[in-house]
Amino acid sequence: MSQWIYIGLFFFVGLLVPVGAITVAWILGPKKPNPIKQATYECGIETVGDSWVQFKAQYYIFALVFLVFDVETVFLFPWAVKLGELGMFAVVEGIIFILILIAGLVYTWRKGMLEWA
Amino acid sequence: MSFWKDPLKVAADWLMGIFTGWGMPEVAAQVLISFLGVLILISILMVLDIFLVWVERKVVSRFQDRIGPNRVGPFGLIQPFADIIKLLIKEDITLTGADKVVYNIAPMLSMMSVLILWAIVPLAPTILSVDLNIGALYIIAAGAIGTLSIIMAGWSSNNKFALIGAFRQVAVMVSFEIPMLTMLLIPTILAGSMGMNAIIEKQDIWFVWLSPLAALIFLITAIAELGRAPFDMAEGESELVAGYNTEYSGMKFGMFYAGELLHAFTYGGFLASLFFGGYRFFGLEQVSPFLAIAVIIFKAFVGYWVIMWVRYTLLRIRIDHMLAFNWKFLTPLAFTLLIVTALVNALLAGASTWLYVTGMFLSNVALAWAALEIARSYGHKEREKTEGMKKVVTPSQGTP
Repeated sequence: MSQWIYIGLFFFVGLLVPVGAITVAWILGPKKPNPIKQATYECGIETVGDSWVQFKAQYYIFALVFLVFDVETVFLFPWAVKLGELGMFAVVEGIIFILILIAGLVYTWRKGMLEWA
Repeated sequence: MSFWKDPLKVAADWLMGIFTGWGMPEVAAQVLISFLGVLILISILMVLDIFLVWVERKVVSRFQDRIGPNRVGPFGLIQPFADIIKLLIKEDITLTGADKVVYNIAPMLSMMSVLILWAIVPLAPTILSVDLNIGALYIIAAGAIGTLSIIMAGWSSNNKFALIGAFRQVAVMVSFEIPMLTMLLIPTILAGSMGMNAIIEKQDIWFVWLSPLAALIFLITAIAELGRAPFDMAEGESELVAGYNTEYSGMKFGMFYAGELLHAFTYGGFLASLFFGGYRFFGLEQVSPFLAIAVIIFKAFVGYWVIMWVRYTLLRIRIDHMLAFNWKFLTPLAFTLLIVTALVNALLAGASTWLYVTGMFLSNVALAWAALEIARSYGHKEREKTEGMKKVVTPSQGTP
């Protein structure tokens, strides 16, 4: 438990340092706002349209595949930790699990989903 | 127990005596001592970070055949302090169109995500902040906060360049986290633990000899995770002005910049801890913890230098090439390496050390050679396809 108090302290101090630096800069810096200075930068011309629009993420299939792999990989960590004690049977079981994962990747690949479209 | 053998415990006991002498309850004193320890470590890291600015600028200028900062102080050593003063007295601009809360939180999270990583880096056998038993997963978790800060910065700026930068960073993250997780599994298998200290203590033979390919893939994924060239699409200064931090100025930009440099150094430290024996160097770490700290800092600097070397040598690759490289080459290779490592590790479990090391090393080399051979023949085929098409076209146009 005390470990996590320590991690919590790290989060706290880690946040304190940048907050402190930015606050000091905010106190020391000049404050002369004007509309042009606070306008959105776009290479000198005025911004056309909103930036918060529907945007096509061409890699969304990758993101879906990533999600599956990310979750499955977490299951492999306990396996990896105890591998030395569990012996050959666990190794073969783990390999079958990984092969199922790879089969999913091959399926996505063969379906032509791993292309930038 | 002398100060030279275990400085942390001696200092903690000394402070404990003082605080309880003041009539403070033991628990409060313990928390206060931990707080002071964290504060000192993070302060040292920030000073190191200032020094890293100078190192980075000197090294990049040498790579580009320049001298670099050499005017302010000896060898330009005072230059980063001048930079900091400049950053501090810059105006703090918040755009009218920006989402103010998210916009201001992003640089803080960027710095924090790096600093909290140091909670699990073992500096010496006795000097280590927390020996988390899930150290390997903690690296990924803290790294995800860094990516999140980039997404927040890109989205909240309400700027198209920044938004595209953030989109690209997401693409990098969804590709390179899988090989990185898989490569973290290999030291875990070899050490039988996820804790960083346990992994280092198991490295009587550096894991890089047992699995050189894993160290290489970890380096590649670390560079991608850092968003450094050749995977710096999120910044891409020749395409996207400055990418996700286009709209940041003053100290807020400074936080992103300092965070990036310290992040690279931290991953140098992780590379050293996971594959290059961490603080261990021919028994030097047993002499004094201070020597052990010097060893890990030196190894981290070597890792940092390699990351810089790659950055200033290679060109940025296109985003679809990056995705293809990861999903069609690196991910299958990483999983195959995992299978091979688990198998060879189990088969040679009872064998002598020399046979074990040789077997692991050779299986890695063979796998790397096979993977490169497959990629080469595939590339050859692709090139033949496109160049074959060109040959058909050129005679009709080229010959008079």
